[in-house]
Amino acid sequence: MEQLVYKKPDSIRDDFKITFCPGCDHGVAVRLVAEVLDELGVRENTIGIASVGCSVFSYDFFNIDIVEAAHGRSLAVATGVKRSKPDKVVFTYQGDGDLASIGIAETIHAMTRGEKVTAICINNTTYGMTGGQAGPTTLIGQVTTTTTKGRNPELSGFPLKISEILKEVDGTAYVARVTLDSPQAIMNAKRCIKKAFEAQLKGLGTGFVEILATCPTNWKMTPQEAHARVRGEMSEVFKPGVYKDKVSEVI
Amino acid sequence: MNNKDKKQLLKGNYAIAQAAIEAGCQSYFGYPITPQSEIGEYLSTKMPELNRAFVASESEVAAINMLLGAGATGVKAMTSSSSCAVSLMQEGLSFIAGDEIPCVLVSVMRAGPGLGYIYPSQGDYFQTTKGGGNGDYKIVTFAPASVQECVDLTYKSFYVSQKYRTPVCLLADGMLGQMMEPAVVGSYPYEEIDQSDWALDGAKGRAPRHIASIERDQETLRKRVEKLFEKYNRILENENIFEKYEIESAKLVITAFGSIARIAKAAVKKARKNGLKVGLFRPIMLNPFPEKIVAEIAQKVDCILDIELNCGQMLQDIKASIAGAANIPIKFYGRPAGVMMTVEEIYKQIENVYKEIVEKKYGTACI
Repeated sequence: MEQLVYKKPDSIRDDFKITFCPGCDHGVAVRLVAEVLDELGVRENTIGIASVGCSVFSYDFFNIDIVEAAHGRSLAVATGVKRSKPDKVVFTYQGDGDLASIGIAETIHAMTRGEKVTAICINNTTYGMTGGQAGPTTLIGQVTTTTTKGRNPELSGFPLKISEILKEVDGTAYVARVTLDSPQAIMNAKRCIKKAFEAQLKGLGTGFVEILATCPTNWKMTPQEAHARVRGEMSEVFKPGVYKDKVSEVI
Repeated sequence: MNNKDKKQLLKGNYAIAQAAIEAGCQSYFGYPITPQSEIGEYLSTKMPELNRAFVASESEVAAINMLLGAGATGVKAMTSSSSCAVSLMQEGLSFIAGDEIPCVLVSVMRAGPGLGYIYPSQGDYFQTTKGGGNGDYKIVTFAPASVQECVDLTYKSFYVSQKYRTPVCLLADGMLGQMMEPAVVGSYPYEEIDQSDWALDGAKGRAPRHIASIERDQETLRKRVEKLFEKYNRILENENIFEKYEIESAKLVITAFGSIARIAKAAVKKARKNGLKVGLFRPIMLNPFPEKIVAEIAQKVDCILDIELNCGQMLQDIKASIAGAANIPIKFYGRPAGVMMTVEEIYKQIENVYKEIVEKKYGTACI
């Protein structure tokens, strides 16, 4: 007898067109979010926010209602949606440039208000869509198209530690940093994403997951080399882990 | 009888806020700035009482994007602000226009540039009607000239925004926002427009919807923008409102909008009393601009005198409307920095222009 072992989540469109580069972690992250929406049974009650950057075409693969936000404004848009329709499940899917650079004010203030929304942030230490410029999370010494000799803190400052900042914000109910570099890491990431949605569903505050993700194209690495970098120098600076968990406290 | 159906002594800002409540505004987002802060103050108490959304945003950048999110769910939503802070909203307005999201922006002008001060200027005609956001779009604009019109045009702004799925700006100034006069708030006089065939509410039992300004296919993007402009034409055709006063026999017509148009009207009345054939045209819908009507008026008169509390902004639309339609002098009298004009000062301008143009043509017999 045939046994179904692998299936496209309902929250991914039947005619999905993944617009990410080969080997990039975005595809896995999107799938995990879709699986969580399926498992929580909220697909038909969800409004997603597509952010500027590699995830701007989210509506090409997520099988849910989606509104686009201008660069950095996702959590303001999410606030407008959630406050107008408090019974909807609302989430943003953003890059680190969007959430932590141009949108840092919207991010911190939405979370300070404890908006009952979920924010997923892909941290790949670079501006991927525009071709690999230095961003807020670029590591010291990292070569990008705007730090051609490696990021020098004298000239361009230090990488911003998003989860460490957001755990201190009173309105966040769940903050975790995860990786996608192994099957175990992927399973863990999915558990964390689910918690970040549960924080919203239980009305506890904002749920946030920072995903350390690869950008093989701009890092000029193979997918394997890129995952080794996530495990290595990226995880040394951006330590994976659960930084805040009011969801488990409630359970 | 409910208080709202009685004539009350109302401040313009409170009139706008009360009308927004009556219009069924479900969500308000805003950041304080003089001279419109009373709108947010009033709604901060009233909206939660009615179980509606009030968010004191961290900035105007956030407020306009909250408005985008709220509008995308199909509810009536509003923000209010002023001049230098409306500058911060231009990016969001471009997205909202491109996305065809209905919502209302109340802009209570102060004097600029930069911080300027809280004087009642009309220096943001360009900001509102020409826009600081990118791309081809218009913000439909209504300009009240009284506290009663603040009420009536708040209602109309919500209606037009929902009927045509477009952002609408109610463009007042510090004088209208701050002054008190009798007005009736009444009830929202328009039909409700169903938004359920496009708004986002979760893809329950239907295909998912997406609202986005981005479009990779060039031809689709071109058609989308052209559709916007077809819509603006429809709005001009169906929703245009204006005031004509003593236009029919006029040799000289004053053009003015908003609060200064009231003072200009008093000056026109005085001119008529003194036998000068002067009329007033006050566009109430400023964008799309009623070019055809201005051209028709220009064809029947000898001169236009445009009066504004700025250095000549609507003047550019007046000139563009008349170009090719009539060859008459277009005079301008304006002041920046919100320095109000008296009836006497405007009358003096009318008299001067009348002497220079009309009497020169017809002799004093015209008087």
